[in-house]
Amino acid sequence: MKRHSVLIPTVLTFLLGIPLAVLLWKAPLLPPNAVREGDLVDFLFRLIAAIAGFVFALIVSFVGYSLIAFRRRPGDTSDGPPMHGNVPLEVTWTVVPLLVIFGVGFLGTWVLFEIDRPKPNEMTVRVTGFQFAWLFEYPAYGIRTNELVLPVEQPIKFEVTATDVIHSFWVPEFRMKIDTIPGRINVKRYTPTRIGEYTLRCAELCGAGHYAMLARVRVVSGSEFLQWVAQQSGAQAPEETLSPLAARGKELSDQLGCLACHTTDGSPSVGPTWKGLFGKEEPLADGTTVLVDEAYLRTSILRPGEQIVAGYQNIMPAYEGRLSDEDLEAIIEYIKTLK
Amino acid sequence: MLPVFRGLLWGLIGFAIGALLTALVRIALGMEPWVFGPLFFVGYLFGLAGWLLGVGVWDTWMREFLGMEPRPYKEEGWRRYFGFNTDHKVIGIQYGVTFIGMFLLAGLLAMAMRIELMRPGRDIFDFATYNRVMSMHGFLMVLVAVTAVPGMFGNYFVPLMIGADDMAFPRMNALSYWIWPPAAILLLLSPFFGGWDSGWTAYPPLAITNEPGQMFYNLAFFTGGLSSVVGSVNFLTTIITMRAPGMTWGRVPIFVWSIFMTSIMSLTATQFVGVAMIMTVLDRVAQTAFFDPARGGYPLIYQHVFWFYSHPAVYVMIMPSWGIMLEILAHFARKPLFAYRWAVAGMAGVTALSFTVWAHHMFTSGMPETLHVPFMATTEAISVPTGLIFLAALGTLWRGKLRFKTPMLFALGMLFNFLIGGLTGVFNSDLPADMHLHDTFWVVSHFHYTILGGGIFGLIAGIYYWFPKMTGRMYNEALGRLHFWLMFIFFNLTFFPMAWLGLHGMNRRIGDYPPDLAGMNMFVSMAAFILGASFLIFVYNLVVSWIRGPVAEANPWGARTLEWATPSPPPEHNFPRVPEVLSGPYDYGVPGAVHAKV
Repeated sequence: MKRHSVLIPTVLTFLLGIPLAVLLWKAPLLPPNAVREGDLVDFLFRLIAAIAGFVFALIVSFVGYSLIAFRRRPGDTSDGPPMHGNVPLEVTWTVVPLLVIFGVGFLGTWVLFEIDRPKPNEMTVRVTGFQFAWLFEYPAYGIRTNELVLPVEQPIKFEVTATDVIHSFWVPEFRMKIDTIPGRINVKRYTPTRIGEYTLRCAELCGAGHYAMLARVRVVSGSEFLQWVAQQSGAQAPEETLSPLAARGKELSDQLGCLACHTTDGSPSVGPTWKGLFGKEEPLADGTTVLVDEAYLRTSILRPGEQIVAGYQNIMPAYEGRLSDEDLEAIIEYIKTLK
Repeated sequence: MLPVFRGLLWGLIGFAIGALLTALVRIALGMEPWVFGPLFFVGYLFGLAGWLLGVGVWDTWMREFLGMEPRPYKEEGWRRYFGFNTDHKVIGIQYGVTFIGMFLLAGLLAMAMRIELMRPGRDIFDFATYNRVMSMHGFLMVLVAVTAVPGMFGNYFVPLMIGADDMAFPRMNALSYWIWPPAAILLLLSPFFGGWDSGWTAYPPLAITNEPGQMFYNLAFFTGGLSSVVGSVNFLTTIITMRAPGMTWGRVPIFVWSIFMTSIMSLTATQFVGVAMIMTVLDRVAQTAFFDPARGGYPLIYQHVFWFYSHPAVYVMIMPSWGIMLEILAHFARKPLFAYRWAVAGMAGVTALSFTVWAHHMFTSGMPETLHVPFMATTEAISVPTGLIFLAALGTLWRGKLRFKTPMLFALGMLFNFLIGGLTGVFNSDLPADMHLHDTFWVVSHFHYTILGGGIFGLIAGIYYWFPKMTGRMYNEALGRLHFWLMFIFFNLTFFPMAWLGLHGMNRRIGDYPPDLAGMNMFVSMAAFILGASFLIFVYNLVVSWIRGPVAEANPWGARTLEWATPSPPPEHNFPRVPEVLSGPYDYGVPGAVHAKV
């Protein structure tokens, strides 16, 4: 019987492997990258993709060739040759991957140190995740918002935490995600390089509203950012028209994250808007309607699952036992003012 | 009365005693007595004890302990499957039927998930229900992947392949199976108590603040772990002490080696997840606050303890299937298993390294940075021993006489799928890349390629391969091939696009997604439905062939390992006399070589 050489599958490996590696290196497999640190992550991703493509070609070429060349001919009942092993091949098969893996691991380590390195002039942004919304604080400006606005080319140090369960801070265009863990502050650094609008998604399962736990992220020019800061600082000045109780309610709704899902200007969101809510007849998911009075608001904050408004999902966490009576009154008082 | 009914009755009595005792203690301590959590927790532990006593522990160990004559369960026909039967072949079939049933149920849940994800927006579930369905799917599948191959084939074939008449501890073997029904009952009841919406990983603090259905998951995991520990002690003892004369370590079939390594991992790591489960339940029912940061706990400890088991567990899912794959490749290529010693060394290397990589599941958790590089290094290093499995496969195919029967097709399909699963894992092992990929559909794609494409393909290869031996009947080859091609093609069409979805911002465990991902999700759902439908052919083939397939010969494949040297199905004590092993099990093409004299 003729001696089979490894020439054909070897040639096949290169014919298939090199184009595949080049294709995977060049193909736009990832969404656009909007931060400087992401360049290194993408470089590493594409490098591994190219190596993986070549290894894939190697195995598939040898297996594919074997399946065609070594299939049993009809009527042949003999056994194959008794090859038990090949020590040089076995040693090579161990050492070469070890070297490749060492190289990839070394690059990974280098990239890791590069992207975690603190930069001069960092701006700190504190991120708090809670069921099911995000709160951003800019300590340098004294601003708290539910929308993340970042000046382009400004290194940012994010200090992230959570108040209830574990969430994860992930903007796909920023590449690196970091979990937000109650009782702990995690740090991640990004330098936005691309002006645009992105979406922050919670990436760690956190309960019913996990998918809806989104926030708008805007990367803007430096001057636009300063304008936004000025606007926000003005907006957060106390409004003299509110009674002290309602003002306290407004502050609480902001802190507790109510306003992440309930708007106060009538625009639609994850939950029903608060504008004009009090005194209104709301249709419920079970087909009945209910008059929004103090009792209804009280129940809906403490045990939101009991009466779901038609068209909305039951994702709001129950505040029973988490809210004092005075705070509850204050929030209801604030809702009443939103005519 | 069938022992299963007595077990249920004693279990209920046990539950009532446990719950009442707890209520009494609470009254004595001046606490509100009728609180669900503590009553259920203690009640369940008593109920588990009651069930085990009723189903067989009383008749065997307890009667012996009390100086009475033990009453072993001896029944024939269908009744033998419904009691504390100690025959390893009966236990193998009990495991097989139970876990294939569980697999099909979890598969239906996957179909429901794909219906919901077919289009953006809300279709059949609200978010909360979707999370519960997803959690149930994930956990059932994890149990199947961990248990099905060792439970069904390990029990059935390890004693046969090493020339033994049974396992070392037959009663413990029966115990390991009968621990499972309470876990199954818990999971079936969980939806009536709100289910659980925290996935199969159930990270606190979410898992200590959600619905009480969460505890059913915790206790089911704990119970299943108990079975794993009992089973793996038995496998190790059997393989070490029960090998036939001449069955030296260098002649042990590769599948037996894979079960040996798997048992080392199950025996030494499972306790950790058991502890994690009990700590979570205690946080809920006994105010211990291990994981509650508001009261001084630390949520990340759960993840460390959980993954210290659950990463070795993924090798528990894949390693026995490697064994099946290499076994089938050697017999269907009519060649010795290439680089046998290196394949064993590869399995040993994976086993050792599997304990050192757990924190790669926590690369984005903000754990201390000093842990990042070591865990990245160990995780990447594990690809080297894994590569040796591929070397053994490639070398065995080279210059063989390949026969493409259904088991061979599934073994080759597994080789291809696991190659993609392994290569996509390299991306995850590299920390900076993983920070983008973690918790996205990329990961969903990666682990379905390894666990479904690898582990479950191996399971199905094994089912077709050993079906004639276990049932004494032959399956239908044409239907087997049809099942393979449908499953292989639509598996790849389902899970490969998921990697793309993950890269483009589709995170895991969500009942809805951004509208720009709609086209690809529709495609994935359609492929998934055909993948699901291919199992109808599988189940039809198995059921019809078992009832009226052609009678199988003792050795339809002409394979050389010992299980084929006895009739199909094997008699009660396997071999007429103790086999004498003369050479290795894979000496194809060696003139005059005989594996064993039976």
